[in-house]
Amino acid sequence: MNVVVCVKQIPDPAAPPALDAGTKNLVRAGKLILDDSDAYGVEMALQLADAAGGGEVTLVSMAPNGETSGLRTALAMGAARAILVSDDLLAGTDALGTAKVLAAAIKRAEPDLILAATESSDGYTGTTPVQIAELLGLPSVTFAKKVEITGTSVKVERQTEAGYDEVESPLPVLVTVTAGVVEPRYPSFKGIMAAKSKPVEILTVADLGLDAGQVGSAGARQRITQVADAEARAAGELVVDEGEGHQRVIEFLEQLKVL
Amino acid sequence: MSVDKIWVLAEVADGAPITTTLELITQARQLAGTVEAVAWGEATESVAATLGEYGVTTVHDVGDLGGALPGVPIASAIAAAVSAGNGPDAILLPATYDGRDVAGRLSAKLDRPVLTNVVGLTADDGGLVTQHAIFGGSQVLSARFTAEGPGIYLIRAKSFAAEPSGGAPASVVAAPAPDSGATNAARIIARHVEERTGPKLDEAAVVVSGGRGLGEKDQYALIEELASLLKGAAGASRAIVDAGWVPYSHQVGQTGKTVKPTVYLACGISGATQHLVGMKNSKNIVAINKDADAPIFSVADLGIVGDVHKVLPKLIEALKAKG
Ligand SMILES: Cc1cc2nc3c(=O)[nH]c(=O)nc-3n(C[C@H](O)[C@H](O)[C@H](O)COP(=O)(O)OP(=O)(O)OC[C@H]3O[C@@H](n4cnc5c(N)ncnc54)[C@H](O)[C@@H]3O)c2cc1C
Ligand SMILES: Cc1cc2nc3c(=O)[nH]c(=O)nc-3n(C[C@H](O)[C@H](O)[C@H](O)COP(=O)(O)OP(=O)(O)OC[C@H]3O[C@@H](n4cnc5c(N)ncnc54)[C@H](O)[C@@H]3O)c2cc1C
Repeated sequence: MNVVVCVKQIPDPAAPPALDAGTKNLVRAGKLILDDSDAYGVEMALQLADAAGGGEVTLVSMAPNGETSGLRTALAMGAARAILVSDDLLAGTDALGTAKVLAAAIKRAEPDLILAATESSDGYTGTTPVQIAELLGLPSVTFAKKVEITGTSVKVERQTEAGYDEVESPLPVLVTVTAGVVEPRYPSFKGIMAAKSKPVEILTVADLGLDAGQVGSAGARQRITQVADAEARAAGELVVDEGEGHQRVIEFLEQLKVL
Repeated sequence: MSVDKIWVLAEVADGAPITTTLELITQARQLAGTVEAVAWGEATESVAATLGEYGVTTVHDVGDLGGALPGVPIASAIAAAVSAGNGPDAILLPATYDGRDVAGRLSAKLDRPVLTNVVGLTADDGGLVTQHAIFGGSQVLSARFTAEGPGIYLIRAKSFAAEPSGGAPASVVAAPAPDSGATNAARIIARHVEERTGPKLDEAAVVVSGGRGLGEKDQYALIEELASLLKGAAGASRAIVDAGWVPYSHQVGQTGKTVKPTVYLACGISGATQHLVGMKNSKNIVAINKDADAPIFSVADLGIVGDVHKVLPKLIEALKAKG
């Protein structure tokens, strides 16, 4: 079984985020890391390929400057190879443009199953995976909290407002997984060493046969008009609990007529 | 691009339109002369009465989906209307599980981008301008489409207040989905409903949330007991959801629910930006945290610097004593 996992490489979320003053795009300079949200998809793919008795796990990523550090982490977890799309033309690409690029790259791997996260940690539009499925003419099941392959179909427990639905779909299909679907493994030392020599194919927009006008800021057809400070909440009252803190909470709730 | 006609995705739960749909309809009334809705399932006739009350004139009814997930058929029905020239100038969708699927599918079908995580929508210069909360809500970004519509907008819950306009029941017209072939192959084979006592997290007047500061899973009982005494709902930070202490349905924040109760009590929660975006518009915020420098205090109207294991049991006792 061939599984493709979409993995986004993002600026370290621990570092304070910033917008470029001119373009108002998120600053993506510096080293990128594997988005935590995608570690679940990678782990899921490895487990499903194992359970199916073999098959290859291919990573697909779009990132600036030929960045591969996040991909190496996922390769170290056990993925076999990676396809990276990197091209200066891609700066400022929106979610639909990203989906066009990823869909074209995914096609090359001829997968039975495509996994992605429900949403990334930095842009979190959460629309890219479903856009990919539509562009590839495939069904999709989003918000999976459990994924099982049975023969030529996939069975998913899909998160809902009230609980979850059991959903079944024939392969090939795209599935998005939530955090907690599986526990991602830590790359072993052996894995990290092996990852260094695993193949990473680097492609440009032209290699994928895409028109430059469909991607980048030209293809985005949306524009940030303003960035302003939000209204700050007025500073509140701070009470150090010396045994009577709960009384102040009760007074406050009474004042609000909640009690 | 002027906006004369807006369509709102009418998601239905327990036989009635969800609150976020009503919020979007209320706002759509301010932005366009005609507000219509897209609905599916069996309850559409009765749902049309409620939608009408909020200002919808016509409901486009896709009908029974035969166990399919809504994403593909609903997007196909909307796309068909657009290509037939009967479509709207803008489509507003609640940022729910199904709303996101419909938006993604529709976007690729129409080759139109989506503006997502929208928390405000205003008319300006003949078009619509969106607001987005970024960096934990400390900044607000505005954006707009630069090409021909229809514009697709995915809007977060609680961005607007739902208010009826007193309209007549909406008329219902059939809008069957064209065959979408392989893309529509997924089927729901069973539904599971988790038990819930008390009000819904996103509708409760009081929300009591717990975080990692509770120390261990069993201590979440304090949160549940306090919530029940205050006739509220129990929420959680992602840290304790990921740790498996409570189900995901309790999570408040960027990847969880947006809540806007009269009072939000954060207990042992640090106040990470991703948590703040889900609760900082609560009318009143009380935080209990042993670290006086915890970021949660920057949004709290009342902050108690103290140990949840001391403050919460006393608070519960005192409330019980009050009866
Ligand atoms: C604050 C902010 C707001 C934005 N708002 C919008 C908006 O309203 N509309 C819009 O069209 N764009 C928006 N963007 C731009 C958008 O984030 C980027 O276009 C991005 O490439 C789309 O990815 P995402 O992070 O939103 O993906 P999501 O759809 O959230 O990603 C879901 C999953 O898809 C896969 N995936 C996504 N991107 C990649 C990638 N580059 N490589 C590999 N796998 C990937 C991953 O598995 C990921 O977890 C915004 C960006 C920021 C920073
Ligand atoms: C993409 C992404 C999405 C996310 N989405 C969400 C989301 O939707 N919701 C969300 O909540 N988080 C989300 N997070 C996670 C978020 O960044 C934080 O990690 C999380 O909110 C922290 O949870 P916490 O406050 O319970 O834990 P911590 O940050 O560990 O805080 C625990 C707090 O408890 C206090 N404490 C400890 N002991 C006691 C005691 N005895 N008495 C009183 N106080 C005590 C500590 O001082 C500390 O402030 C997201 C993160 C990412 C990267």
